[in-house]
Amino acid sequence: MDTSTALWLLASYLIIGLSYFAALALVIGLIWRLWGYLRTPMPWPEVTTPAPETEGGSIARIIGDVVLFPNLFKADKLLWAGAWIFHIALWAILFRHLRYFTYPVPQTVLYMETVALFFGYLFGLAALYLFWRRLALPRTLYISGLPDFFALGLLAAIAGSGLLVSYWAHAYLVDVKAFMLGLLTLSPVPPPFHPLFLIHFLLVLVLMIYFPFSKLLHAGGIFFSPSRNQPYEIQKPGKRYVNQGNYPIQY
Amino acid sequence: MAKFDETPIIKDPAQEGLLLPPDMREHASVDVRCWPGKPKDHQAIGLPEARVPDWQDKAITKLGELLENNKALRVYMDICVRCGACTDKCQYYLGTGDPQNMPVARAELLRKVYRRYFTLGGRLFPNLTDAADLDEEMLEKWYTYFYQCSECRRCSVFCPYGIDTAEITMAAREVMCSIGVATKYVTEVVAKVYETGNNLGIPAPAWIDNCEFLEEDVEEEEGLAIRFPVDEKGAEILLVPPSADNFANVDTMIGYGKLFHLLGISWTTSTYCNEAGNFGLFLNYHNLQKVNARILEAARDLGVKTIIWGECGHAWRAGILTPTLNGPMDDFDPPYPYHISQFIVDMLRKGALAGKIDKCANDDLLVTYHDPCNPARAGQLLEEPREVIRASCNRFVEMPADTIREKTFCCGAGGGLLTDEVMPIRMAGGKPRAMAVKHVGANYLATPCAICKAQLPEVMHYWDVPVKVGGVIDLLANALKM
Repeated sequence: MDTSTALWLLASYLIIGLSYFAALALVIGLIWRLWGYLRTPMPWPEVTTPAPETEGGSIARIIGDVVLFPNLFKADKLLWAGAWIFHIALWAILFRHLRYFTYPVPQTVLYMETVALFFGYLFGLAALYLFWRRLALPRTLYISGLPDFFALGLLAAIAGSGLLVSYWAHAYLVDVKAFMLGLLTLSPVPPPFHPLFLIHFLLVLVLMIYFPFSKLLHAGGIFFSPSRNQPYEIQKPGKRYVNQGNYPIQY
Repeated sequence: MAKFDETPIIKDPAQEGLLLPPDMREHASVDVRCWPGKPKDHQAIGLPEARVPDWQDKAITKLGELLENNKALRVYMDICVRCGACTDKCQYYLGTGDPQNMPVARAELLRKVYRRYFTLGGRLFPNLTDAADLDEEMLEKWYTYFYQCSECRRCSVFCPYGIDTAEITMAAREVMCSIGVATKYVTEVVAKVYETGNNLGIPAPAWIDNCEFLEEDVEEEEGLAIRFPVDEKGAEILLVPPSADNFANVDTMIGYGKLFHLLGISWTTSTYCNEAGNFGLFLNYHNLQKVNARILEAARDLGVKTIIWGECGHAWRAGILTPTLNGPMDDFDPPYPYHISQFIVDMLRKGALAGKIDKCANDDLLVTYHDPCNPARAGQLLEEPREVIRASCNRFVEMPADTIREKTFCCGAGGGLLTDEVMPIRMAGGKPRAMAVKHVGANYLATPCAICKAQLPEVMHYWDVPVKVGGVIDLLANALKM
C-alpha cells in the first residue's frame, strides 16, 4: 500500500468516525436541551394577549408561528420576506436531499429535481440579504456578534458548496449514495474522493454538532416559548401555575 | 420649561402620529439612573441592606435557581437569533436612540452573563461566544438598563419567538435584589404597603377621612347621597383600587361609587389592603407574593363574595396571578380574578344599565383610549374597556393602529420608573404615545391605569399636547343618569 492510499484510508476512518459523532451530538444534544426546556416549570401565566383561551387554540397559534412568522410580519415586512424565503428554501433543499438517503427514492422527492436549482439560488439570495442586512443597518450591526455571522456563514458555505457539487463539479452520485446508505445501515464504506463533496459534507457535520448548542436551537425552542404556547385561561376555576415561593396567607 | 437635562431625549417630529426609528446614539441615556434603595426600606421588605460581600457568587447562584424554575427565562436565554425585529419597537429606544434600549441589547446584558457561567462554549471561549463576566461594570449596566425597561412587553409582540424582555428584566431585578441592589422608589413603595396597606403610604384614618370627604363633596355638588364604604364586613364586593384613585384621580373613585350605588350593590374598600398596584412585580417574587396576599386576606377578613380589581394596569397583571401566588379562590363567587371593566361589561350585557346612560353628557369630549401595557398584553383586556367607552360617549376615535391594542406603547413610567430622578427617560419613553394622541387630536385620553394617569399628564405637558387624562369609568359615571 502506498502512502497516499494509506492516508486516504485513515482520512476515511476519521470522516466516518466524525459522522457518527456528529449524529450522536445532534440527537443527544437536542434531546438534552429540549428536555431541559420541557422539565422546567413556568411559574405563572406568561402568554402575550390577545391569546386563544383553549389548549387547541394555543397549539394552532404556535403552529401558525412556526409556519408563517406572523410576528415578524408585524415587525418588518422585508425581514419577514427574507427570513421566510430563507426557511422555506432550506426545507425544500433538505427534502430534496432525501434522494441521497433513500432507496428506492420516493417519486415526490424526484419531482423536486426540476425546481431544486431554483430553491438553491433562492436560499443563497435570502442568505445574502440577511447577511447584508446585518451589516448594513446600524441597529442590527450593533447587536450582531461572532456567533451570528458564524451561523449564517456556515449555512451559506454549505449551500454554496452544495450548489457547486450538484451543478458544476459533480460528485459521482452512486458513490455518494453508497457512502450515505453505508453510514445509515451501520456498514460504512469509504466516502467518494471528491474534495468539494467532502467540504460540503464536513461543513454539514460541523452544523450538526453546533446546532443544539447555539442560537440555531430556536427551531426547537419556539415550541417551548410560554408567551406563545400558553392558553389564556386565567378565570378557569381551579387553574393554577407552579408556585415558586412559600409565603403563607394569614387571616 | 424643562426642569431636567434633556440630553437623552430625541425631539424629531413624528409622521402620521408614528415615530421613525432614530439614529443610534450610544450611551445617550447611560446617566439616567434610579436612586439606590435605602437600608431601612431594604430591611423592611426582606432584601440585604446593602450589596453583599460575595455578590458575584450569590448572583450567579440565584440566576441558576431562576433558570431551573422559569421556563420562559431558560428558553429566552437560548433562542434569540438577533434578527433585529424588536430593535425599533421599544419606546425608550425610539425616545432616546440609546442602542442599549433596544430590547435585544437589553436582554443580551443578561444573556452574556448566562453564557459565561451556564454554557460550555461561554465557559471555555467567552470571546468567541459573546459571553461576559458579571463584574462591576456589568452590574452597573444591569442596574441602569434593567431600570430603563418598563416591563411593558411590547417587544414580545414583534418577536418571532415571543421572547418577552419583561421576563428577562424581572429575572435580572430578582438577581439584583438577592444581592441587595434595588432602587429607592420601588423598595420604598413596597415598604409603605407593609406599613399602611397602600403604595402612597396613606394611613387608615386618612383613607376613611377622604372617603367621608368624597361623600360630602358629591352630596354638595350633585345632591346625591352616595356612600364610599370602608371596612364594611359582609359587603358583597371588595373593591381594590389603586390608592391614587382616592387622592389624585378622585373622579375615578367617584365613578366606582356612582356605579355601585346605581346598581344597588353593597361594596367596600379595605384599609388593610387599599392598593391594587403591586410593586413586588417590579422587584422580586417574594414581595410580589406577599403584597398580593393582602388582597385575599382583606377579602376573607371582611367576608365579601367577590373581589373586583380597580383601574390599574400592573395590578391586573398581579391580579391574574392571584390563584397561583396565594392559593385557590374557590371560596369566592366566580369569575375570579375579576376586573372592573369586565364587571361593567357584564352589567351592560345583563341590561342592568339599560336606559340609565346618557351618552350626550360626554359630547364635549373627543375621546381616545390608551391601552395600558398589562391589561392589553398580559390580561386579555382589549375589548372590555372599549365597550365601556362606546357605551358612555358618542365621540370615540382610535389612535394609529401601530400604537394601540397589543401594539400599544407604554406611557413611559411603568415597571417602577414613575420617579422624578429618571424624568428624562420618562419623557423620552412617553413620546410615542404623546405623538399618537396629538395626531388624532383627542381632548380626552381615557386609560384604566393609575401609573398612566400619573405619568401621561406630565408627558402631554412636556410634548405640548393639550389633552385631559382620565379613567374609563370617569366617562361612564359622567353619563350615568342618577
